[in-house]
Order: sequence, then C-alpha cells, then structure tokens
Amino acid sequence: MDSQHLNPSTLKSRFTARFLRALIKINAQKPISSSSPREIFQRYRRIKVAADKSMAYSVRSRRTWSRATLWKLQSRSRRRLASSGRRSSIKTRTTTTTTTTTTSTNHRAAIVEKTSHEKENKEDHVGLAVQAEELRELVPGGESMDLCNLLDETAHYIKCLTTQVQVMKKIANLYSLE
Amino acid sequence: MSSQRSTSSNKITDDKLNALILRLQTLLPQLDQSRHGRVSAAKVLNEICSYIRRLQNEVDGLSGRLSQCLDSMDLTGFDAEIVRDLLQQ
Repeated sequence: MDSQHLNPSTLKSRFTARFLRALIKINAQKPISSSSPREIFQRYRRIKVAADKSMAYSVRSRRTWSRATLWKLQSRSRRRLASSGRRSSIKTRTTTTTTTTTTSTNHRAAIVEKTSHEKENKEDHVGLAVQAEELRELVPGGESMDLCNLLDETAHYIKCLTTQVQVMKKIANLYSLE
Repeated sequence: MSSQRSTSSNKITDDKLNALILRLQTLLPQLDQSRHGRVSAAKVLNEICSYIRRLQNEVDGLSGRLSQCLDSMDLTGFDAEIVRDLLQQ
C-alpha cells in the first residue's frame, strides 16, 4: 500500500485534520505575553478539550461514548457562556458530578438485581458487574449502558484513544525538534 | 443451565459476554493470548481500566507538552507535506 496516499476517510486522518485546525486556532488566540504559567495552563486545557472534541467529532456520533463526550463539552460551554464568573462554572461542575453519581448508584442496584437471578457461573458474572462499575466511570456515557454495550463501546473507545495518543505524540515530536 | 429463567429483558448470554471480553483481551498488549491463553474476565476488565487510565493520562501529558511548544510552532507553514508525514505509519 502506498504510504504516501492520504485516505481522507480514515479515523486517523479525520482526527488529525480537525485537531491541527484546532491547534492553529488556539495558537492564534495567544496574547503577546504568552509564557506566563497561567497562560500555559489555559492553553493546556484548551488543547486537551480540542483533542477530545476532535476525536468525538471524527467518530461522527455513531457511538454512545462520542455522543456523551460531545454533549458534555457542549453543555459545559453553554454554561460558561451563560455564567460570567469562574465561581459559577465550578458550582455547576459539582452539580454535574452529583447527578452522575445518583445515576450510577441506581444502575448499580439494577445490575446486582439482574445478576442475582442467574445463579450458575456466578463468580464470573458478579465479578464482572463489580469491575464494570469502574469501567463505567472511565468510558464517557458508561453509566447508562448495559453490560454488553459497555464492553462494545469500550473496545471502540480504546481504539480511538490509541489513535489520539499516536497522532498527538507525532505532532509533539515534530515540533520539539524545531 | 438456563438463563431463560431470568426475568430481565436483556438476554445477555454467557457466550456473548465471553466474546466481548475476548475481544477486549486482544486489545491489551500485555495480555497477549499466545502467552497467557484464557484470562479471567475480571482480570481483563481490570487491565482494561488501567489501560484506559494510562491512555487518558498520556493525552493529558501530551496536551501539556503541546501547550509548552505551541509558542515555537510555526503552524502557518502547515501543508499537505507535513500532514502526509504525520499520517505515515
């Protein structure tokens, strides 16, 4: 396969193009005094959001996890626009965490009830339900998925994360050499 | 050995779960099947969680690196050459 050939429809290409565009935008936003720690921290946050957003958009909301990421990012920016102070956004962030915890507690109860029905192979099943709780917190949107969907989404999420890391690493290396 | 007795609407069969877990195992470089054979589902999920956390931390670290060198980045010079080079395996 010709390695020079750019296939514009692969996940990797879509992510790379979006992420680079976002970096250019962030680069253009920086003020004259751009090396204060605070500036760098802001830039780091913007870059991280851009990376996650670029990947989620590149997946084109075909996946629950990418839709959850986009929803989270969009509602966060909507709140930022509505409120003026940093204090308000911290308050709303706390509220979101509480909501998520309530959902996962209810879901945990539902899972335990479900798995207690099937009494054979139980060691594996109950072990899975417990481990899955941890996974739910790591995969975006995981708290509302059933076990099968969770495992399915996890596989895709990992594939996208590795692509994201690969591309970001290459860009960072490219610009560390200059 | 029937899961038909279950009243839950999701008929999650053991086979389906095993297939999903197995697929996750193939994603883990450290649990390469040729060396470890079948690994317990709980262990696979455990390793998966660590792996995801590690990847997310890598994204974090790389974002930090990029924020540092964004200063010196000459992004205006971006063209197809660079992008092609980026995407080469």
